[in-house]
Amino acid sequence: MTKTLTKSLGFAAAVALAGAVVVTPAISAESGGEHHIAHQQWSFAGFFGHYDKDQLQRGFRVYKDVCAACHGLSRVAFRNLVENGGPEFPEESVKALAAEWPNQITDGPDDEGKMFQRPAKLSDRILGPYKNEKEARAAQNGALPPDLSLMTRARNTHNEAAWPMHILLMARDIATGYQEGGANYVYALLTGYHEAPAGFKLADGMNYNVAFPGNQVAMPNVLDGGPVNYADGQEKYEGPKASQEQNARDVSAFLSWAADTSLNERKRIGWQVMLYLLITTILLFVAKKRLWAKFH
Amino acid sequence: MSSHESNYKPTSRFGKWLDDRLPVGRLMHGQFVDFPTPRNLNYWWTFGGILTFCLVAQLVTGIVLAMHYQPSAAEAFNSVDHIRRDVNYGWMIQAMHATGSSMFFLAAYIHLFRGLYYGSYKAPREILWILGVFIILAMMATAFMGYSLPWGQMSFWAVTVITNLFSSLDSIIPGVGTAIVQWLWGGYSVSGSTLNRFFALHYLLPFVIVGLVALHIWALHVVGQNNPAGLDIKTKSDSVPMYPYAVAKDAVGLFAFLLVFAWFVFFLPDYLGHADNFIEANPLVTPPHIVPEWYFLPYYAILRAVPSKLGGVILMFASIAILAFAPWLDTARVRSSKYRPIYKWFFWLFVFTCLALGYLGAKPAEGSYVAWARVFTAYYFLHFIVVMPILGLIETPKKLPGSITEDVLGPGAGKGATAGAAAAPETR
Repeated sequence: MTKTLTKSLGFAAAVALAGAVVVTPAISAESGGEHHIAHQQWSFAGFFGHYDKDQLQRGFRVYKDVCAACHGLSRVAFRNLVENGGPEFPEESVKALAAEWPNQITDGPDDEGKMFQRPAKLSDRILGPYKNEKEARAAQNGALPPDLSLMTRARNTHNEAAWPMHILLMARDIATGYQEGGANYVYALLTGYHEAPAGFKLADGMNYNVAFPGNQVAMPNVLDGGPVNYADGQEKYEGPKASQEQNARDVSAFLSWAADTSLNERKRIGWQVMLYLLITTILLFVAKKRLWAKFH
Repeated sequence: MSSHESNYKPTSRFGKWLDDRLPVGRLMHGQFVDFPTPRNLNYWWTFGGILTFCLVAQLVTGIVLAMHYQPSAAEAFNSVDHIRRDVNYGWMIQAMHATGSSMFFLAAYIHLFRGLYYGSYKAPREILWILGVFIILAMMATAFMGYSLPWGQMSFWAVTVITNLFSSLDSIIPGVGTAIVQWLWGGYSVSGSTLNRFFALHYLLPFVIVGLVALHIWALHVVGQNNPAGLDIKTKSDSVPMYPYAVAKDAVGLFAFLLVFAWFVFFLPDYLGHADNFIEANPLVTPPHIVPEWYFLPYYAILRAVPSKLGGVILMFASIAILAFAPWLDTARVRSSKYRPIYKWFFWLFVFTCLALGYLGAKPAEGSYVAWARVFTAYYFLHFIVVMPILGLIETPKKLPGSITEDVLGPGAGKGATAGAAAAPETR
């Protein structure tokens, strides 16, 4: 019986894998040109994964100092920056941050029927500089800086290795609980700016990037102008030294949190559920064996 | 309801009073407590119970989601994001429902292949089997409409591509296809009206599935379960009462399955989905690569393997419809492939064909991918039209055990014995 169950479970796992195997890569490499997204280690990947609070704080700083110049984070509220499982900034500092956020909230109508601008509160969303797509495109030479709230989940690339390596990598990702392709993509994009190879026709105002499909991206190499210095304005700073690579890594982690704010709670509950199910399965199996003993 | 008599004895006065008026307790007792199940069932037979669980789980999580979801083009995407971010445990309910559809199909496909391997479609289980085919069809319609609801890029474009398939009917009667497509859309393109009606139907169809499942279980309990030996229950020692024996085994199977389910819900909630669905639907931007969810990929491969659009649509629907004819296409005298030395290999070839079609469905429709998709599409149908009828006639099956009891205990066992327990030669 044990053998049958092991066999059955083994087969079920194989079928599960086979099922997952046929899941398609999110962005296919067919668009031409070099397009490589490297697999990265993240504190929030895997069974015991959880966000590194300090990394999220550093990442927010990169977002605020660099990305926020063009990109909104309109599905994330200031209050989220205070909540557990996120950057966990002190409430007072986030209140101050919200009040000073340059992109104010349109509210109203007031008693005279007029809409008005007011500073953001904890309950407001983190807005970008543009009121709408038309304004953004007008300011950005026709390009649209997308909202970053869901960016890492919207770019969750599966591995793009060729058959049969593709299947092995998929099995590894499923077995280890790794779905951080989106963070890998953002990191690869931010560190993927190079000189265009000879003969590559770069359109006007575009930049060459090895991670971007088609290799031409409107966004310039924004982290190039000197790293966001984490120690600035802090009395005591003991984290990693700021570098372009470190900035990219931290902001990728921060955007992963922005897209998936419940990850810490999800994985904590997840392993409790797995433990409960595992113990119950074993108990049920033992009970079943004893119950059926007389029939074998 | 079945050939088997319930030995229900109400214990309380209320139970006796109710039994004389509405014998629902007697019915449940007869069907789910002392119902005789073959004693040689393996773990593949636990998927019926697992599927019942999946259906109930989808209903419960789905109804909770519907309390927070807004079926409008302007708000659908935002409301799903709101469910994940702001509704208490919304991230869990949403992940359970989205992952749940994948798990539902995974279990249904295993259940279906189990039926194919052990010949569960053969007489007298034809109606039972055909009801199963209807359930799969209803599941597909439900899953397809459910997938449109998050109103992401892949939702929108999958609806556009699949509903557009009906326009191929124009090549038979001009205008009919277009009329059907516009009727499905509720307009001249996929829009908020389409989303709204799909939401209504997505809420309705699961209850149709509940009805079909009730019929499926009814038919099952009339003819009795098939089993790995493919033999009928003849003596008392061939069966065990459903409770506690089959129930205990089903519970093990269900919990083992839940381990896989929970792994995806809590550690890989996005893995089975598509990243493009985290981008709000935009009719002006077509994704570079439109693909359905994994459980539709084999059909998608068949659809694209055929050069003509109408032909592809016909073959895609035929790939499901042909299952319903399996009881008459299979000419073998024995049910179980365990005793069919040649067919067994063809069965695994068929499984491989389905997996290969799934892989090819995820690839772009070009070059060798299409060529291979044609090869496997051809074999998919040849398996039913050629292998099943011919092999059944020419193959010599292996010797079957004399009874279900002999299948478990070996030749000669169970002769003259009165009950299963007494017949067991071993104590373990």
